[in-house]
Amino acid sequence: MPKRTDIKKILIIGSGPIVIGQACEFDYSGTQACKALKEDGYEVVLVNSNPATIMTDPTLADRTYIEPITPEMVEKIIEKERPDALLPTMGGQTALNVSVKLAEAGVLDKYNVEMIGAKLPAIKKAEDRELFKQAMYKIGLEVPRSGNARNFQECLDIIETMNFPVIIRPSFTLGGMGGGIAYNREEYEDMVRFGLECSPVSEILIEESVIGWKEFELEVMRDKNDNVVIICSIENLDPMGVHTGDSITVAPAQTLTDKEYQVLRDASIRIIREIGVDTGGSNIQFSMNPANGKVYVIEMNPRVSRSSALASKATGFPIAKFAAKLAVGYSLDEIANDITKKTPASFEPTIDYVVVKIPRFAFEKFQKADPTLTTQMKSVGEAMAMGRTFKEALLKAMRSLETGSYGFESKIRVGRPEPVFRPNEAEMDVIKSMLKTPRNERLWYIAEALRGGLHVDDVHELTNIDRWFLNNIREIIEIEEGVFWQGRQGQLSKEILRKAKEAGFSMKNLASLSGKSEAEIKSVLKAAGIEPVFKTVDTCAAEFEAYTPYLYSSYERPFFNVLTGGAPSPACEANPTDRKKVMILGSGPNRIGQGIEFDYCCVHASFALREEGIESIMVNCNPETVSTDYDTSDRLYFEPLTFEDVMAIVEKEKPYGVIVQLGGQTPLRLSVALEKAGVKVLGTSSDSIDMAEDRERFDKLLEKLDIKKPASGTARSIDEAVRIAGTVGYPVMVRPSYVLGGRAMETVYDETSLMDYMTRAVEASPEHPVLIDRFLQNATEVDVDCISDGDTVIVAGIMEHIEEAGVHSGDSACSIPPYSLDAAVIDKIRTQSILMAKELKVRGLMNVQYAVKDGEVYVLEVNPRASRTIPFVSKAIGVPLAKLATKIMAGKTLKELGFTSEVTPPYVSVKEAVFPFIKFPGVDILLGPEMKSTGEVMGISKDFGTAFAKAQIAAGNRLPHSGTVFVSVRDDDKAEIVGVAGVLQEAGFNIIATGGTARYLRERGIKVESVLKVTEGRPNIVDMIKSKKVDMVINTSFGAKSVADSYSIRRSSVDSGLPHFTTVAGAKAAALGIRAVLTGGLDVKPLQEYHAEFQGSAETTHKILSPEAARSDA
Amino acid sequence: MRKAILALADGTVFEGSSFGAEGETTGEVVFNTSLTGYQEVLTDPSYKGQIVTMTYSQQGNYGINPEDVESVKPWVEGFIVKETCLFPSNWRSTESLMGYLMRNRIVGISGIDTRALTRIIRDKGAMQGVISTVEGDFHKLVKKAQAAPTLVGRDLVKEVSCTQPYEWHGELWDLEKGGYPKAGKDGTKKFRVVAYDFGVKKNILRNLSAAGCSVTVVPASTPAKGALALNPDGIFLSNGPGDPDAVEYAKETVRELIGKKPIFGICLGHQILSLALGGKTYKLKFGHRGGNQPVQDLTTGKVEITSQNHGFAVDLDSLKDKASLTHINLNDRTCEGIALKDKPVFSVQYHPEASPGPHDSQYLFKRFTDLMQSQK
Repeated sequence: MPKRTDIKKILIIGSGPIVIGQACEFDYSGTQACKALKEDGYEVVLVNSNPATIMTDPTLADRTYIEPITPEMVEKIIEKERPDALLPTMGGQTALNVSVKLAEAGVLDKYNVEMIGAKLPAIKKAEDRELFKQAMYKIGLEVPRSGNARNFQECLDIIETMNFPVIIRPSFTLGGMGGGIAYNREEYEDMVRFGLECSPVSEILIEESVIGWKEFELEVMRDKNDNVVIICSIENLDPMGVHTGDSITVAPAQTLTDKEYQVLRDASIRIIREIGVDTGGSNIQFSMNPANGKVYVIEMNPRVSRSSALASKATGFPIAKFAAKLAVGYSLDEIANDITKKTPASFEPTIDYVVVKIPRFAFEKFQKADPTLTTQMKSVGEAMAMGRTFKEALLKAMRSLETGSYGFESKIRVGRPEPVFRPNEAEMDVIKSMLKTPRNERLWYIAEALRGGLHVDDVHELTNIDRWFLNNIREIIEIEEGVFWQGRQGQLSKEILRKAKEAGFSMKNLASLSGKSEAEIKSVLKAAGIEPVFKTVDTCAAEFEAYTPYLYSSYERPFFNVLTGGAPSPACEANPTDRKKVMILGSGPNRIGQGIEFDYCCVHASFALREEGIESIMVNCNPETVSTDYDTSDRLYFEPLTFEDVMAIVEKEKPYGVIVQLGGQTPLRLSVALEKAGVKVLGTSSDSIDMAEDRERFDKLLEKLDIKKPASGTARSIDEAVRIAGTVGYPVMVRPSYVLGGRAMETVYDETSLMDYMTRAVEASPEHPVLIDRFLQNATEVDVDCISDGDTVIVAGIMEHIEEAGVHSGDSACSIPPYSLDAAVIDKIRTQSILMAKELKVRGLMNVQYAVKDGEVYVLEVNPRASRTIPFVSKAIGVPLAKLATKIMAGKTLKELGFTSEVTPPYVSVKEAVFPFIKFPGVDILLGPEMKSTGEVMGISKDFGTAFAKAQIAAGNRLPHSGTVFVSVRDDDKAEIVGVAGVLQEAGFNIIATGGTARYLRERGIKVESVLKVTEGRPNIVDMIKSKKVDMVINTSFGAKSVADSYSIRRSSVDSGLPHFTTVAGAKAAALGIRAVLTGGLDVKPLQEYHAEFQGSAETTHKILSPEAARSDA
Repeated sequence: MRKAILALADGTVFEGSSFGAEGETTGEVVFNTSLTGYQEVLTDPSYKGQIVTMTYSQQGNYGINPEDVESVKPWVEGFIVKETCLFPSNWRSTESLMGYLMRNRIVGISGIDTRALTRIIRDKGAMQGVISTVEGDFHKLVKKAQAAPTLVGRDLVKEVSCTQPYEWHGELWDLEKGGYPKAGKDGTKKFRVVAYDFGVKKNILRNLSAAGCSVTVVPASTPAKGALALNPDGIFLSNGPGDPDAVEYAKETVRELIGKKPIFGICLGHQILSLALGGKTYKLKFGHRGGNQPVQDLTTGKVEITSQNHGFAVDLDSLKDKASLTHINLNDRTCEGIALKDKPVFSVQYHPEASPGPHDSQYLFKRFTDLMQSQK
């Protein structure tokens, strides 16, 4: 019996902003679910606050609510939409938690909404540690010895019965937040306190540690007929103790005999039945004692997860899509396997390759963050690679990370290309310590240790990593050594090169090892016929024919047929078509500064090409994404985004052109090399890109157009830096040239600090100049996205930042339309943007950043490519910009595409950034030129205040409706904060402040209560924050001492989950938001209705300036 | 490492490295898609006459242990892998896969594109092949492959069956604690079963024992009256290699047994039963070998993931009016199980004993004991 007909309308809850622990994987699952359910004729209502997702595209669901994912807001949506069912399993822990709250509050019953996929008791049984433990015992499975605590005293009681180390896991948190490993009583007490605070239900599980045991995961699916299948087994290279999201993981499991694997399989089936997940996918984690195979169940996620996205990409089996189908009543045998077409989904995928997932970290962004890997997830992204062997997949995965690694480079002697064969004793000690404590670079140190002569058994002793993995790394090292010596002796043999390529070595790595150039290596390989082939991911290890071109590269040996003749050749399954085709280069692993926004753009490119009848070829290596779904593009190459790997595909496919401007810096960095290699780069020329990036050329362009920019200069030495700073005037913004996401960018206020920066942060040299710009203090920053076909330029969105210039644009909240700028300034910005786009002959997208100070407009930066804000702007104006840009690159004009006039929506859209500070204890939360946010949310409403308030709520800053606000601001901000305090007081808030601020406010008629600074004694403001006597914090500070003094205020507000504002502009907006909410309340409205308000009515759109008019206006 | 060559009857030649015994071997080249369980595959007597390639690219990872064997020795004619692991890692491992193959005189080849090989077999069908570490002439090897006997019409049962009857003592692997528990005392078993050894896997016997049967294993050539003389509660027909149609004596025996005692057949046993019932068998293009084949139990509608290893199948139409279809393969809709309506007889094409593979179908052993119980 197929799908249910008693339900018509289904609500799907997304996962909200990208945070550590919840990334693109839930856009992938949610998008699949929307598509699957719509395909079956259901009406889909979606709520997700994250505008950068594909799932929130207005075409994916029938009704798309970009609203905060809170029980209150979702209830409003339910009240309005009256869905028949709620699918809670697609949006990660966020969706699951909200669904549980709605169910428990009786909202679902009240509106007669059925939870499908997983019911409340099953979710509770899987999520509540105690219930889960009991369930496992009931079915004869064991879990590590543990106890639940709801308060500190219970924690103290429990530890009496256990031995250290113990693991602390708060209930209902995502990415293991607030969890960790305590090795002694002191650590234990600190950690349980923090854990209790992090858990929304103030409950933690304390568990005897199985650190060092092997860790496995199984992805399980079940249908309503109780058919259960295992989709994939995953073995973690990093043993227990490191969060699976931070572990290098491998599929399938490598070191289990069939007997042991079947033990896990049987257990998984029993678990999903006992927990009672009706239909859909679950992820189950096990640990196994490597000495005797004893198994403990660690946890179960009764929903799709990061691992299920990985398993889907690793096997070609779309778990989320099928989970959605199962939720509406299909059984597995009624669903066809998309890839083989002929066989049903009721089978277990089998693979004939190895998959390696490797996490990407961002510790360089958080100076004081502890890079030790624990049970709390810290990575911000991941890359996946496939190869026919583990060695090949591992080396491909390492270069997919884009951290500058092309193999096992030496970490101990940085900058030396050749491997260190004999580290000295001191170095060996460092290496050993790097093995003992898991950190983000441990993998490289394993190689270093093996090179240094440490035995595999010793490395195993130090790391507990299974010898199987270590021996494979050792084999890589041996090949490395062979290449090194043969290269030095000038006798690089065909045999060793073939061996190396089969093991996954990059040409770059081979070149540096052998002392030859990459070109030389390439020609030797070519002459020897050592070329990559492409193999298909087909779910069935070639047992059935695959109809989906989902490919990865590998090196296989040639074979031949003596009867039919022909030269020996390796088997390649790429079979390129002779259609017109365009290759889209994706954005690789998520990182701060480059994430889901660019995946959104790439996916749109793919959709656009399909609409234009052009074959789309996607290249990407991020398993979380929609772009790496095999049915997004006509062809998918799951490959690292390095020049070598991309060129291999180009040479095979011979595309008409390559799109590099939609995937962020990753593909853009390749554009020059690709062009040099004769590849046609579509859209804006690389000469224009260079013109925008090269300081001198760009200055000339601005001069020509008579556009202002802050005074600046390029320094190649310390002396030069000092001289330039003197001329442009302090404060100055300094940064190394060509950086992403504001790396190492700082605002410097005087010469001493400048000298310090120049010696500490960067090493200026003729090759690595340092850029120095006049810093416009208290200027308003404005972001503009526009689209151009080379003739016509349309300004798509003018975004006024809430935080002032100096805060990285990715970290700043912003508003469309501008909420405070006057019309003349906006006109000027519009005109200048159009002029620059024309001058740069932009074909596609362009982003400009401006600073506005005293009515004057300055250009800060121009990027002729898709920016991070494209999805936000697209949703705000109801125009799919990335799609249009792709069509322009394919030859269409804006006129042909029907986008000829600027859109001014009759509502306000606010974007807010979301930060990972809670995951990095001890890190200051002050914003600066270095980007720190991982995700974003959007709030839409008729007025700015409400839209801003919605964005804050969505970002987890729950603006209070009443209570106490703490204010402490630097002198420069005092004048401005009076208004804020006034608004808040009028709204009924108590204001408390420290000395100076309190006096200042009191003098201006605000009723203020004084509190002590941290340095002034106790009880002070931090005590008040910790004892929850404060409901909101406004704290700005300036100067090293003041920043240090107030650090604990900011940190404690983050740790206590208080809304906090570190800029006056932010505080102002918050006050407006609070007032708006208190007077008007919060409404909910789907994107489709917002867009309908202006679409089709010409009066609300602007007239487009002709180039001449633009010029004269300027 | 020494070179090895794999040549197929269609002329395809792969050059790789030897990773087993030196020498030359011929057989039907087939592929198995199980991710785990190479040791069980090597020792499954049903692979007699066949050279097996594992589609998963990394073999030998967990080495070889004394427990995971399905018979006394490996039966495959040759073994083909992409990469073999020289440093296995598992607490039960006592030697490497390579060492094991050498010790047991099995010729193996590694380093070749096993996916390309699998695609050839898939597209053209299972075919004869030769692996050699001693002959370098490609043409000669292709000729040898072409000259190698095919499985059609070959009775391989006689080469793998036991020669003397014996009592089976052995229980199922303890999934909780690991290891095989000590065999229970005979007196505790409720049913007496005579198991025809056409090439039986130990795990079938372990499953029968675990289901409460004391098992006497008898040679394939044992006549019906010989089996009946043991006065069993049921007869079990085992798996085995080769062409079922060629095992004339077994067909005859089974024909005599039908209706006299409850019968349960697995794999070759299922085929022989079908032939005995007057049905026909035919050779599949490349067979089913792996641990992920979906089978639907038509009596319950449930889908089980099954372990399979067969190159021949029962022609469904040939059994019309003779038996009812109980199980079908959801991939290709072929016959996976039959039962008689009026007699206590049933059989399945696949391997409910797993090993290697999923345990979903273990219920069939209970179905057998229930059947015996009902006839007691």
